[in-house]
Amino acid sequence: MATTLPARRTLHPVPAVLLACSLSLFLGAWLSDWTYADSYYVQWINYAAWLNAGGMVFLGFATLWAFVDIFRKDVARDRGSALFVLILLVAFILGLIAAFVHTKDTNAPMPEALVLDVLVFLLVAAATWLGFSTIRSGVAR
Amino acid sequence: MTRLRSTTALLLSCTLLSACGGQDPTLPQTGPNPTLPEPHRGLLPTMKIADPAKNGWGNSRPTVPQGFTITAIATDMKVPRQILALPNGDILVAEGKGGQDGHIMRPKDFFAGVLKERGTSSTKPGQRLTLLRDANGDGVYEGRTVFAENLNAPYGLALVGNHLFVANQDAVVRFDYQPGQTRASGPPTVITSLPSRLNHHWTKSLAASPDGRFLYVGIGSNSNIGEAGLEAEENRAMIWQIDAQTGASRQFATGLRNPTALAFQPGSNQLFATVQERDEIGANLVPDYLTSVREGAFYGWPFAYWGQHPDRRVQPYREDMLAKAVRPDYALGSHVAALGLSFSSGVMGSRFASGAFVGEHGSWNRRTPAGYKVVFVPFIGGHPSGPPIDFVTGFQGSDGKTFGRPVGVTVDPRGALIVADDLANVIWRVVPAGRPQPPRLASVR
Repeated sequence: MATTLPARRTLHPVPAVLLACSLSLFLGAWLSDWTYADSYYVQWINYAAWLNAGGMVFLGFATLWAFVDIFRKDVARDRGSALFVLILLVAFILGLIAAFVHTKDTNAPMPEALVLDVLVFLLVAAATWLGFSTIRSGVAR
Repeated sequence: MTRLRSTTALLLSCTLLSACGGQDPTLPQTGPNPTLPEPHRGLLPTMKIADPAKNGWGNSRPTVPQGFTITAIATDMKVPRQILALPNGDILVAEGKGGQDGHIMRPKDFFAGVLKERGTSSTKPGQRLTLLRDANGDGVYEGRTVFAENLNAPYGLALVGNHLFVANQDAVVRFDYQPGQTRASGPPTVITSLPSRLNHHWTKSLAASPDGRFLYVGIGSNSNIGEAGLEAEENRAMIWQIDAQTGASRQFATGLRNPTALAFQPGSNQLFATVQERDEIGANLVPDYLTSVREGAFYGWPFAYWGQHPDRRVQPYREDMLAKAVRPDYALGSHVAALGLSFSSGVMGSRFASGAFVGEHGSWNRRTPAGYKVVFVPFIGGHPSGPPIDFVTGFQGSDGKTFGRPVGVTVDPRGALIVADDLANVIWRVVPAGRPQPPRLASVR
């Protein structure tokens, strides 16, 4: 007799790695901006702009993956999955705003840049948490 | 979810980026008391890069006032910038381009570089001096020789007796010059090295004092507002005074963000400069200006603009520097990019006899283009007085395409205004009616 059991499967390895990469880059952006705000040494805010841009590349692909999952019939979903995508989207939009804010010259990005860094990092951290604790695919064979 | 995304995108592009078309408000921003709005910048800098017309000027010509004619005396130049009229009537043109290509400090620099490149000539810069000659004074410059080549982004030019001084992007050099000479007799001698690391604003403008004892060199900042770090601004955003004999240099005036043209007022010992002010705080900030240069004065950059208006994008901020900042004399308008300056004389007719011509290369940091013309600033009693008068216009077509961009301007004592156009690679000559004019070329490419 074949039985179908609901199985909790963690996040697929690809978006997992994408999220891990973006998480560390966004953390780096936050710390770099923090160091800049403390020292006014411009190279730190330049690093922050690059780290944010790098984080956005990985976050972009992770968000895309999650977005595609919505339309896949073979992927089981619960309330957490919708929230997962929503948080990723919000993180992406805020990260994009952070990228634009980082194009301002000298001290002009502050303090918005620092606030956005923290928000994006926390949102991606939350999404990662949620992603790993969400039912993704349904059947055990 | 898709709807959320597109709504957000629309919100982003309209409210936050403040880039939904429309016109920039026009404020009275010429003269000694320009109206200055509050600093503002959306999420992205407002940009409108010159869109070069495919066929250059074609059959169009710049517009000049009634009673004047304009002709191209040289075409197919290699990015002409500044011009010097030599005593025998020859015209010397500096052609070149400097700065460190592809110097990228932030992701922004990559995109800005690609975008701004579009508004400039694709011709390989000449890095040379070209001499143009009209031997019989008929207005046709039949002679054309390369006076000197393999220079490092030559820009400012000055003649003192038998010495021709050229401000390259990294040094002031000297050629020997005899009247009538069409080629340099040898490689130049270095007089003084100039700050050239990064060289974001690479153009080194040059003027000689009337007695020929001192040279003055304008050295632009290495950034818009200090974003390359204040270490990169050492000895920059200032005018140096250089002893023409010994090469010894000292700071003459400071806080001038990018002093791109220098000229002595005829019959006086007064140095004037046109200066490019800072970007990214609005379409109507900060006006570029023409000013007499006071020895030892601090003109504000980066801490202040137009006198004591603070720019707190710079940190750590220096209140003492804000308090020291002096106001320039005469605003030319925000973002016009005044790159050429030449004092006029009686040869340009009574209406344009007393004052200075200013070449305005044109804006990128506002929606409604500004500049893209040559204006005449009238002087009364030795001071700029009254609104600027458009002298050469029509550099942009009604379709928004850009035919050319004026840079250096020089009053030729034989009775003409010479204008370098670094987009069309043309040298223009504006003459009062009644003087010899060459036949009109069919098409200027």
